[in-house]
Amino acid sequence: MNIQFRESTETSSPLTTKTAIADCDIHPARATRTELYPYLAKRWQHHLEIYGVHAYQGMMEGPPYPKAQPNASRRDAYPPEGGPQGSSLSFMQKQLLDPNNVQLGVLNPLNTGQGIRNHELSAALCSAINDWQIDKWTSKDKRLKASIVVGNEDGMSAAAEIRERAGDKNFVQVLLLSRNVEPLGQRRYWPIYQAAEEAGLPVGVHAFGFGGNPITPSGWPSYYIEEMVGHSQCQQSALASLVLEGVFDRFPKLKMVMIEAGFGWAPSLAWRLDKVWQRLRSEVPHVKRPPSEYIREQVWWTTQPMEDPERREDLFDVIKWIGWDRLLFATDYPHWDYDEPSRVLPAGVSEANREAFYLGNAKKLYGIAA
Amino acid sequence: MASLIAGGVDCDVHPAVPHLTSLLPYLNDYWRDQVTTRGMVDLVSQSYPKNSPIVARPDWRPETGKPGESLEDMQRHVLDPFQLSCAICNPLYGVQMVFSEDMQAAFCRALNEWLAREWLDRDSRLRGSIVIPTQSIEKSVAEIERCAEDKRFVQVLMLVMGDTPLGKRGLWPIYQAAERLDLPVGIHAGSAYHNPPTAVGWGSYHIEDYVGQAQAFQTQLTSLIVEGVFAKYPRLKMVMLESGVSWISPFLWRLHKFWRGVRMETPWVDRAPLDIVRSNIRFSLQPFDAPPEPETLIRLFDHMQSDELVLFSTDYPHWQFDGQDALPEGLTPDLVRKIMIDNPHATYPRLK
Repeated sequence: MNIQFRESTETSSPLTTKTAIADCDIHPARATRTELYPYLAKRWQHHLEIYGVHAYQGMMEGPPYPKAQPNASRRDAYPPEGGPQGSSLSFMQKQLLDPNNVQLGVLNPLNTGQGIRNHELSAALCSAINDWQIDKWTSKDKRLKASIVVGNEDGMSAAAEIRERAGDKNFVQVLLLSRNVEPLGQRRYWPIYQAAEEAGLPVGVHAFGFGGNPITPSGWPSYYIEEMVGHSQCQQSALASLVLEGVFDRFPKLKMVMIEAGFGWAPSLAWRLDKVWQRLRSEVPHVKRPPSEYIREQVWWTTQPMEDPERREDLFDVIKWIGWDRLLFATDYPHWDYDEPSRVLPAGVSEANREAFYLGNAKKLYGIAA
Repeated sequence: MASLIAGGVDCDVHPAVPHLTSLLPYLNDYWRDQVTTRGMVDLVSQSYPKNSPIVARPDWRPETGKPGESLEDMQRHVLDPFQLSCAICNPLYGVQMVFSEDMQAAFCRALNEWLAREWLDRDSRLRGSIVIPTQSIEKSVAEIERCAEDKRFVQVLMLVMGDTPLGKRGLWPIYQAAERLDLPVGIHAGSAYHNPPTAVGWGSYHIEDYVGQAQAFQTQLTSLIVEGVFAKYPRLKMVMLESGVSWISPFLWRLHKFWRGVRMETPWVDRAPLDIVRSNIRFSLQPFDAPPEPETLIRLFDHMQSDELVLFSTDYPHWQFDGQDALPEGLTPDLVRKIMIDNPHATYPRLK
């Protein structure tokens, strides 16, 4: 892996000085453990010191499946001034934004207030991380845009947080994670979709999260690679739930973005949903149209980690089935499985599709002026 | 549609147990008494509610009883019209949902006996799968060894959603026995419902469970490959039954990419996941979950870069296609021959 990083960073400059891109999945980190305290009430600072965070998983620190790299991040992404990867704006500018000519960078903070059993603490941490995104990032670099992180298990307080931030141009989407207590189509999450639709904000569903369920339908697997590959299955189940619960029918202007779970699975899932819906639609009369139509109209995908066929041009079939207008380029900076902008697309893409893939689709979806 | 050829092997048909009481003749006195004294009811899994449209084609649905419970119907609906040389019976009776290993072992043994006496004995074209009580690995291995003496049993059958991921080392004695006895392990759609049927929790609907089968197969393939099952048992074949096929290549592209990235975590995986699948994993044809246009099918098979992965199935009596249209349009005659005859024979040594 480290060898790949070195190869890819060496080749990053030639193309990218020419073409502006959007990076729709950047992970900003806190430089210190207490960096959010200025945005938290004393009560919650005290709570964190005494009790810490109790997520829907057992570890007090660190993930249940140890990552492949420290903080799941590139070893060359430690800021020179110290702190974890992704915690320095100036180093992010130097390593990611400037050399790749990132014109729009969408921030998706992880390890925030989501997936926490204490829902009040969850709401407080999410509100804090939203303030922090403005102070530390978006107010200091206009290329960066924030995601409204919401306490995912309490739909009403999440909706309140969205309404609080609606209209604030620092924010371009609402952020959820794929693994929650229930599948994302369930009614407890509907206030989130309603508020997002009202605010005209897409809802991004990023891989990861903790909901207390085994992360496969057959129980807990053994390895980090199983969790990583499995994110695409979690995302498929979450999207199937959204379709089959009728969320897209109920909220016809809602836009959803599937973040960091690949996209190769999307055509197959849509075909399968359509085929089974033909047989079993009497069970779900609220799903009025073939599922693939909702998906085609209301769902986008970020690209990283791009599927990697042996024959790279096979990917073009899949992209054609999804639609070139539905993919949003993302690097996942500073994580170890970073996709290098100049290397992800095989040769043979038209100029219009290339522009849409790297920049145009994102600007349109997130309402950023040309 | 592509033309069927005579002499094919149907790798997934489902004879139905009419009722738990149908197994009474094959239970010992203790369990016969338990079933009757305790008033046990029929073991029907939520995966296959009897009246669900997907569970039986309208013209294959009997006026009374469960779809698939009559041998005469199966002969009339598939064995004869499809001119099959063999059909592999995969009973989907809900014995896997039982939690007690003793009860489960008794029911599995009875189910396998019932299959042999009431189906395999009555039509020489039929072959059987050995249903195993996975609550106990020792009892599972014993049941495999017991049934394997009857050469008409050609595979071991497990559900895609059980208690643990299928690659877990605790299950390996099952795979060791299967490899030793020339039995592929068939992994069939369906859940024991010992875990939520999706990785993100319990959905609301039967349709959601059915769509979710494909995701369950994907996580199981990851588990089987990265735990090293095929490094340990290189001759073992596994067959994904009623899994869908259109997800295979994109899934493997993703698995391959992550394997390249973090293979230091599972150094015993000594071959690329794509190569492991090509040598050790097969998939049944139905439900064929791609759109009807031949050009899409041609691309999907081209992505697989192998004509050996898919095995013919009707999934009788489930409603996956109408009439005789079991083969999707766009398959070449060569590929039809591979799918219907060559691939099943290469997969199941006991069909010889």
